[in-house]
Amino acid sequence: MNEAREQVLATIRRGLKRGPLEGTRRAELEARLAQPPRHLIPARGQGSPSERVALFIKMAEYALATLDRVTDEQAIPAAVAAFLARENLPTEVVMAPDAALAGLPWESQPLLKIERRAAQDGDKVSITPAFAGIAETGTLLLRSGQDGPTTLNFLPDTHIVLLPAGRIVGSYEDGWDLLRAAGEAMPRTVNYITGPSRSGDIEQTMQLGAHGPLRLHIVVVAVN
Amino acid sequence: MQATSLAFKRNAIAALNNPVLQKALNNIKIGFVRKRAAAVAKLPEFGLLRDAGRDLRNHVLDHLDFYLERFEAQVIESGGQVHWARDAAEANQIVLDICRSVNARLVTKGKSMVSEEIGLNDFLEANGIRPVETDLGEYIIQLRHEQPSHIIAPAVHLNREQVADAFQAHHAPYGFTERHEEPRALLDEARQVLRQQFLQADVGITGANFCVAETGSTVIVTNEGNGDLTQTLPRVHIALASIEKVVPTLEDVSLLLRLLARSATGQELSVYTTFSTGPRHPADVDGPEQFHVVLLDNGRSSMIGGEFQDMLRCIRCAACLNHCPVYSAIGGHAYGWVYPGPMGSVLTPQLIGIEVAGQLPNASTFCGRCEEVCPVQIPLPKLMRHWREREFERHLTPMPTRFGLGVWAFFAKRPKLYRRAASFAAWALRRLAGGAGRIKRLPLAKGWTAWRDLPAPPGRTFQQQWAARREQRP
Repeated sequence: MNEAREQVLATIRRGLKRGPLEGTRRAELEARLAQPPRHLIPARGQGSPSERVALFIKMAEYALATLDRVTDEQAIPAAVAAFLARENLPTEVVMAPDAALAGLPWESQPLLKIERRAAQDGDKVSITPAFAGIAETGTLLLRSGQDGPTTLNFLPDTHIVLLPAGRIVGSYEDGWDLLRAAGEAMPRTVNYITGPSRSGDIEQTMQLGAHGPLRLHIVVVAVN
Repeated sequence: MQATSLAFKRNAIAALNNPVLQKALNNIKIGFVRKRAAAVAKLPEFGLLRDAGRDLRNHVLDHLDFYLERFEAQVIESGGQVHWARDAAEANQIVLDICRSVNARLVTKGKSMVSEEIGLNDFLEANGIRPVETDLGEYIIQLRHEQPSHIIAPAVHLNREQVADAFQAHHAPYGFTERHEEPRALLDEARQVLRQQFLQADVGITGANFCVAETGSTVIVTNEGNGDLTQTLPRVHIALASIEKVVPTLEDVSLLLRLLARSATGQELSVYTTFSTGPRHPADVDGPEQFHVVLLDNGRSSMIGGEFQDMLRCIRCAACLNHCPVYSAIGGHAYGWVYPGPMGSVLTPQLIGIEVAGQLPNASTFCGRCEEVCPVQIPLPKLMRHWREREFERHLTPMPTRFGLGVWAFFAKRPKLYRRAASFAAWALRRLAGGAGRIKRLPLAKGWTAWRDLPAPPGRTFQQQWAARREQRP
């Protein structure tokens, strides 16, 4: 459909009364793409690290996520097991094949039956790491990859996300900087997740668990 | 789809007389409008962000060719493919060819207004491919063989009983024979039925809220997670986008995201915002093997540089629908095509022709709320006026309106006569109203008074009152 492409671009240029961009203007736009300027960032997304953690928790709760705080990453498996017991949830969990997650003392929780893979139909609980948390709206940033199957974020009824407090940034822009600093190409999928799945399509009454998880539980790991 | 915009007046009267619809429309006022106001109040910078959003969208449109080419290059760079479509027929054919190339039989779909615009479902079905809408609202209206009546809440015109009817009529093959009316039970039923479709689909089709030139990513925004299952589970992901959806960088998307959900549903951010870049990477354990973007023009490129260019700033939040007194009174179907409300009244004449859609720019009280709440400050009332002028120039305005304007012009050109006639009318209407201050019935104006009272004038014209005031001045 090269013909279509040329015609669309030609019509746009006719409207703009110019040919393809060249020279200085083009160089300016190239520079804008290479060094993306930031727009106004709301003041609430520019707090200190401890303010960011507090704001993240407040906003994630506002979006109807549940949260736990642990002060030692060795305590994560126990916190996960306690959450599942408290909520009467199954102890079969599917975990992202992530090296850092694998290094935690899961054997301390013999009741948990853990599989490390992508999600399948029928999985009830998943555990994934977050790449970052964004304080301004209580949003998790997750990315796909060898160690991060996207299906874990959507198929199971309950999604448990582990988030180191040091990975909580203020704004979306800070999140992108973190991802760019990781130095890889864009992952196939970057998910912003703000609370559990919901729908208001029937009479605008909000119901949780539309197609994605009914519960989003975030364990914030704040090492003192 | 076949437009019924020519029958707008008949559609509107039917809508006003439909008590079931009226009950459903009431949900908009207590839902979206109040929630948006609360979300805006919580963000002191919202006004400044609107300015920035308008400027950014203008910047994109002034360099649309450049950003489209860059977006295309980045999609290819990340292993995806870009297909350009001048019109609906080309876009449908592209999607069909992709589906056929992988022998697809079942296609799941995330919510896409572009898909509605090109009539993709009917086209796929006619060619032996089964499309299944997965957004709950879209799924409900697909079962009912209806069009969406709202651009972000497609089933907002329905009540729970109607949803229950639709599910009862279609879900028996999936083992659901009991009728439920509770929203919770209805949602659970849909979740189970659609879960199977997600897992079996060969191709997943989504729309795109934004196309990022910097990275070649398409972005979708949902609350249900249906778009994500649609684009993650099947082997092929096709994203449908209209050409104006391109945005330069991830920083620019960040700005628009701060405006979009707050304006739309009053959320701080929608539950899921997903950036898709190319197909799965070699080491990835899930995700689609192919990633296609279809860029649809369908009349938009010719809006660049013209008096309707501002309309292309639109980010489809639907705030203008939610705050429109006309939309709130009659719902979306009366507009007769895909895009209803104020944004539709400007866009539809461009996409399907003023001959067919000429009544839509007239379906406005010009109260200006649409422009006030628009996150990118599109001057919707001004653009509707442009269409009215074009309609008049092309002699498409209906006879009674032209006649009325002629009568008015006759008097307006004769000031003495005008003053006398106006003073008589003001006096007569005052008498007709009695002490009430409003007129409930007026001869020859049933079209007005059937649905609303006419406020009675104070008995004397403005000019008479002005003259009296000047005399009183010391």
